Amino acid sequence: MSAAVAILLQVCVVVAAAPGVAGVTRQVRARLEGRVGAGVLQPYRDLRKLFAKRPLQASGTSWVTRAAPVLLVASSLVVAALVPVVTTQALPDVPGDLFVVVSVLLVGSVAVALLGLDAGSAFGGMGSSRHMMITALVEPTVLLAVYALSVPVDSSALGDIVGARHEDLTSIASPGGLLAVAALAVVVVAETGRLPVDNPSTHLELTMVHEAMVLEASGRDLARIELASWLRLTVLLALVVNLVAPWGIATSTTALALLVGTLAVVTKTALLAAVLGAAEIGLAKLRLFRVPELLAGSFALAFLAVTAAYLV
Amino acid sequence: MTVGLVLQVVLAGVGVAAALVVPTRWRSPAVGTLAAALGVTGLVTGLAATGGAQGTLRISTQVADLTYGPTALGGLFVALVAGVGTLAAVYGIGSAHGAAASRTQWAAFVVFLFGLLGVPAAADVVGFLVAWEVMAGASAVLVLADQACADRATSAAARSAGTWYAVLTHVSFVAVAAGFAVLAAATGTTDLAGIAAAAPTGWTADLAFGLLTLGFATKAGLVPLHVWLPKVYPVVPAHSAGLMSVAPKAGLYGLVLVVWTLLPDGPRWWALVLVALGGVSAVSGIVQAAVTTHLRRLLAYSTAENLGLMVLALGLAALYREAGLDAAAHVALVACLFLALGHAAFKSVAFLAAGAVQQATGEHDLDRLGGLTRTMPWTAGAFGVAALGAAALPVTGGFVAEWMLLQALLAGGHADDPVVAVTAPLALAVIALTAGLALMTFVKAYGIGFLARPRGNPAPEKAPRAEPGEAHLSMRAAMVVGSLVVIALGMVPGPVARGLAGIVDGSGITTTGTAGVDLGPLGAVLNPVALTLLAALVTLPVLAVTAAVAERVPRTTEVPAWGCGQVRDSARTQYTATSYAEPLTRVFDDAVRPGRDVQVDHVAESRFLAEQVRYSQQIGDVVEERAYRPVIRAADRLADAARRVQNGSLQRYLGFALAALVVVLVVVS
Repeated sequence: MSAAVAILLQVCVVVAAAPGVAGVTRQVRARLEGRVGAGVLQPYRDLRKLFAKRPLQASGTSWVTRAAPVLLVASSLVVAALVPVVTTQALPDVPGDLFVVVSVLLVGSVAVALLGLDAGSAFGGMGSSRHMMITALVEPTVLLAVYALSVPVDSSALGDIVGARHEDLTSIASPGGLLAVAALAVVVVAETGRLPVDNPSTHLELTMVHEAMVLEASGRDLARIELASWLRLTVLLALVVNLVAPWGIATSTTALALLVGTLAVVTKTALLAAVLGAAEIGLAKLRLFRVPELLAGSFALAFLAVTAAYLV
Repeated sequence: MTVGLVLQVVLAGVGVAAALVVPTRWRSPAVGTLAAALGVTGLVTGLAATGGAQGTLRISTQVADLTYGPTALGGLFVALVAGVGTLAAVYGIGSAHGAAASRTQWAAFVVFLFGLLGVPAAADVVGFLVAWEVMAGASAVLVLADQACADRATSAAARSAGTWYAVLTHVSFVAVAAGFAVLAAATGTTDLAGIAAAAPTGWTADLAFGLLTLGFATKAGLVPLHVWLPKVYPVVPAHSAGLMSVAPKAGLYGLVLVVWTLLPDGPRWWALVLVALGGVSAVSGIVQAAVTTHLRRLLAYSTAENLGLMVLALGLAALYREAGLDAAAHVALVACLFLALGHAAFKSVAFLAAGAVQQATGEHDLDRLGGLTRTMPWTAGAFGVAALGAAALPVTGGFVAEWMLLQALLAGGHADDPVVAVTAPLALAVIALTAGLALMTFVKAYGIGFLARPRGNPAPEKAPRAEPGEAHLSMRAAMVVGSLVVIALGMVPGPVARGLAGIVDGSGITTTGTAGVDLGPLGAVLNPVALTLLAALVTLPVLAVTAAVAERVPRTTEVPAWGCGQVRDSARTQYTATSYAEPLTRVFDDAVRPGRDVQVDHVAESRFLAEQVRYSQQIGDVVEERAYRPVIRAADRLADAARRVQNGSLQRYLGFALAALVVVLVVVS
């Protein structure tokens, strides 16, 4: 099978699994908190419900309110196609260049930040402002972590990076590689709006970041936004898991390799999602102005990773 | 090509004559068209020069000969300036009214464009300096001429801006002239090609580099020499601001000329100076842009940031070349030139759109703007595209340029040279922080300025027509063409990058697929068309599902926004630019040093109840406050002290004369 089919399969797997990943984190969290929980399948039911509902649009909104959810989904889907989730193979003309992946993610961030401003409500503006501040401060860490991962393999293509780690497992345990992944993990937490940077299950507007921006969205708009943020979470978790434990990932495009790759990534990502849900039990949301300190720590890790990659 | 150069002189002459002769009613169309013709001529000449065409224009005067004949690199900058000049001139046809369309303004506009075209076209030092001075003088007139007819506040701002600009521009001229004088004296020729052939080394070269860098960095608006940028752009008319947005490129051209062509064997510390200058400029420019609320000031600070990135790329190219990494050096230089192209396109569009907004609403303060996507869709669209470019998001020219720069940095990561290996990640962190803050800045500029509802209550005397209308046709045309260039640079960067590589003799960069970039030895490929197609393909099912559902369940519009359970529909409760940047202002408190003032009026009965809370915040320029003001104060004190010498007393003057006589006699005898 060609790389195109493999990529198509990968996107389908990510879309099918994304609500499940969100469901796993929620369910694990609920159980550990002593609640029964809504079940792993609840996000799927939410999506079906939201897609059928009538969207309400605040007066005075512009084209941004209609376009932003689509842009957000599009950016998440493109990232799902570029990041090696199931296979390290990439389309010849669009290698999963990490700098491009970061930019595509940013397109989604900007779309949702503009969505927050469009309705002209104070909460949307508040969320948008906080979100952009975090995005701006995360950026150096992201690129430096990318740099630390790219330098050893002399390429910023994600397929090459994961492929090299798959071939030479000792490179995963090298100090540079470990530090870079640690920095990247903090970044993933910040980018996907998880604790301790943002609380996805908050109901108090004043503490919201991501949720405040999408307060105005409803019906299918909200469905697309939710789906996009789950896609983002799934892809980034899969990326981290593939960087730490690349076992099973398909390095060719035979049917068997893809099947094994799919099963492996679904299992690994579900495990990581469960760990994420469990870890969030013990965390409280950081004060907004403490977030830069967290990011500065992550930046220091990334910088150490770069220097370690140079020294080792 | 000589024809093109002669035609430029003729058109500039006719343009100035038309500006002086044509009556007010027809002045803007007539001179605007002539200036646009001058721009198109420059564009054709410049493109011909980049394609390798030769040809010179020699003007002999009694003092010295001026020679103009752009090299391939010069041709690129001629084309870049000419492109922006054409857009600004076309825009001016519709936008210039009243004071902005005065004889002086239009004449200065044409002369300014002519001077800007002459700088990169110059083939010898004298020609360069004459063109430089023409450009500097005409732009000073542009800044100062507006004040006669403006209201008092603007007039004071314009006068102050004019003074700052005139002083810094002449500091720049003196430094450049002195630098070239050193080079000419060392090599014995004023011909630029001759200087490059016999480039001096040692302290002569260091001195020339220092002086020329000072001069060009001032023109390029690099921090800490950027103070004129945020003062000048807000006070010039809209179309002149569009043209002036490309003026810092003259400084960049000078730096590239010096570092890459004239003194190619410079020591390593030159490159590190440029990297540091660029890095400081990029970060501090964008931090200031992120916290300012004045639309044009924001764009001006963002210019300091972008020029900083370009100079950083240039310094990196010099560093790599010195370290023997030729392929990476070429990619870094191509990234620098690509940034220049992309910046010329998106910044001119942004300034033109900001001018259109100001004309329609009478407002330039983001805190009062909003809701313009409905009333000015074309302007809002153009500004949106420009903002995408400025935030370096795909698929714009800004994104491709930044991607190339990042790839060049990656190539330096595994160099054996420790200096290179440390500089590259630090530069990367600087670029990343800049990119993140640029994102926030332009989300703020577009989201607050154009989305939601007007934030309202402009001062009564500034109150515009009831509903701001869309800009004039010529203004829209200029903005749309500029936006298309921004997107074209991002969609089909391959041929452009290959052309730029040809200019700097970098053979590694080729095109791939449908007009993508292949960085060859660096092993990186970017194909925006394929990326866009991929995005379209994966989004198609989502759109199909949406369309199917939308047919069944239509959308309800015109519901009130969420107000925490209450109806909060006052436009005053919206986030403003100040509140949007507030978290960032806190994070960068030490660097920005905002002055805050909160006044609370209590109700008479209880001091626990507030009747009114007034909040005001002033953010100045830290560099200006800390570095320039003390110097100015010291100069003022010195001048005051000197004034005591001249107190009007006749006896004292006679005493001076006597003392002078005695001194002369002593010296002579």
